[in-house]
Amino acid sequence: MDIHEYQAKELFRGAGIPVPPGEIATTPDEAEEIAGRYGGMVVVKAQVHTGGRGKAGGVKLAKDAAEARAHAEAILGMDIKGLTVEKVLVTPGEDIATEAYVGVLMDRKKQAATFMVSPEGGVDIEAVAEENPEAIRKLTVDPRYGLLPHQAYWLANFLYEDKALARQATKIIGQLYEAFQANGCSMAEINPLITTPDGELKAIDAKVSIDDSELFRLPDVAAMRDTSDEPAAEIKAREAGLSYVKLDGDVGCCVNGAGLAMATMDLVKYYGGEPANFLDIGGSSNPDKVVSALEIITADPSVKSILFNIFGGITRCDDVANGLVEATSRIDIDLPIVIRLTGTNEEEALQILEDNGFSAYSSMDDVVEKAVELAKA
Amino acid sequence: MAIFIDSDTKLVVQGITGRDGSFHTTEMMEYGTQVVAGVTPGKGGQTFEGPDGASVPIFNTMDEAVAETGANTSVIYVPPAFAAGAIMEAADSGVDLVVAITEGIPVLDMARAHAFARDQGVRVLGPNCPGMISPGTSKVGILPAQIVEEGPVGVVSRSGTLTYEAVFALTNLGLGQTTCVGIGGDPLIGTNFIDCLEAFEADPDTEAIVMIGEIGGTDEQEAAAYVEEHVSKPVVGFIAGQTAPPGRQMGHAGAIISGSAGTAEEKMKAFEDHGIAVAKRPVDIAGLIQERLA
Repeated sequence: MDIHEYQAKELFRGAGIPVPPGEIATTPDEAEEIAGRYGGMVVVKAQVHTGGRGKAGGVKLAKDAAEARAHAEAILGMDIKGLTVEKVLVTPGEDIATEAYVGVLMDRKKQAATFMVSPEGGVDIEAVAEENPEAIRKLTVDPRYGLLPHQAYWLANFLYEDKALARQATKIIGQLYEAFQANGCSMAEINPLITTPDGELKAIDAKVSIDDSELFRLPDVAAMRDTSDEPAAEIKAREAGLSYVKLDGDVGCCVNGAGLAMATMDLVKYYGGEPANFLDIGGSSNPDKVVSALEIITADPSVKSILFNIFGGITRCDDVANGLVEATSRIDIDLPIVIRLTGTNEEEALQILEDNGFSAYSSMDDVVEKAVELAKA
Repeated sequence: MAIFIDSDTKLVVQGITGRDGSFHTTEMMEYGTQVVAGVTPGKGGQTFEGPDGASVPIFNTMDEAVAETGANTSVIYVPPAFAAGAIMEAADSGVDLVVAITEGIPVLDMARAHAFARDQGVRVLGPNCPGMISPGTSKVGILPAQIVEEGPVGVVSRSGTLTYEAVFALTNLGLGQTTCVGIGGDPLIGTNFIDCLEAFEADPDTEAIVMIGEIGGTDEQEAAAYVEEHVSKPVVGFIAGQTAPPGRQMGHAGAIISGSAGTAEEKMKAFEDHGIAVAKRPVDIAGLIQERLA
């Protein structure tokens, strides 16, 4: 789960990291009022779940409250990479002497949290890693011991020659690791970490992703979920316990298992069609899940045919067949549905479908080809 | 022969009294797996009633279960909040292999659990995996037994149902399997492609290998390079997720294209560059194996 900059900053403040003040405005009036209270220069920053806000014109410096209002007017409602800006963060402008990058993320290969720091901050760290890898120092944290003081100091010394700055940075790096651990992060970064002309360090931008599997035990973090820029269908799917991702095509797909769901989408493309979605109903064959899945798929106006691909292992085919029959009696569906069921209790399932006027395929290729043909008809 | 599990596997089921644990224990016993113990804290002294009148003793701790029964393998059906603890308890108990089925274990917990198991020299499979099956001898996990058959093909995959699809196609062509291993869809997994490739290469009964990957990470690319260097047996590959959009998690926590890294194209190219035949469709996997075994 991605959270907004202002929320990430709250987590960082909670860990003791120096973060300048800031408040959220949802209207130009509020932005003007906040800027007026701060006085002087402020920055108005779009809060959306994507990078590249600055390039898109979603981050603007204002010399006074009136200008802050004008910027908020322009930014609120703006479209950044398909997301509508609903909120702006208004924060005092800072005098910047230097900008550094400090980030920590879960490294799949090392199977541990790994720090990356660079004195080249305020830019895309992936670009730095590619063009100038010697400008980055990396450190993998042993999960058994956590971040050790000398390791934090080693990282800080790569950023600053000045002893006082290195000492401050050591503390911030340790606090960032604490925030990362305490909030179940998969990624946490300060970019940039600035120095002011009078030698203070401040985190003026923050980016955090949370591991979804942590949310059950972190209610405060879970409450940070902002669904305003999430498609309604994806919210509904998550609440129903389904994995759903909307795509651009017209063949609606309902599959059990993530790998098979992806392979089914790929096969739709192979036969000249375009999948309308990724949808994994999971291992359970609860009829309610089948109903929710069908509701979600049929609510997408671009869907022209619906494809079920079920490989019964743990999922029993007859349960899915019953769910399908129940779903089609509860909701009106005008679209053609083609079904492939194979594996556990396949024969019972085929009987149930036949008794209710459906027919089923046993091969994945046949059913996908048919679904593509029906979507084009 | 097979890899990792065979007729000598003596299994303890952690979470044996839970809904999933009890269902799959019965399934595993029906397949012939030697289930020698169950563990559920607080339920020690009870017994689990399996099929055909067989019963399995339940213990409070892994330590007791292993001491009393000589179990050498554990399978975990414990809820996510407690699963990493269960993995570490198993790794500390004297078993050689821990198969973690549970989906949704916090990644930070798994970083500790993997480090702990490595220190103990214990192999972990998963988490978030379907387990494995060595046809004819032993099944540990949730793979459907009816689709497998004994034979010469080793199968390793990050996916569950997609593996079933491939195995089913193999079996339909009369190509049985030595062992089918689901390594799991999580970002941090214990046993990876390379571990399985190494084991299949060393297994005299395995004559060809199927490797099924998906988007996200670079494990497939590294496995491809390993195949060229170290694997003499024919390998056929498949990658799911050619139509997956970047930046979106596709069901599995680990199935996400980050930036431009981890795409299906990149992985398929790595396979081809290192001499692995790439199946365009799941059904083609079996045909490609058949050609290579002819």
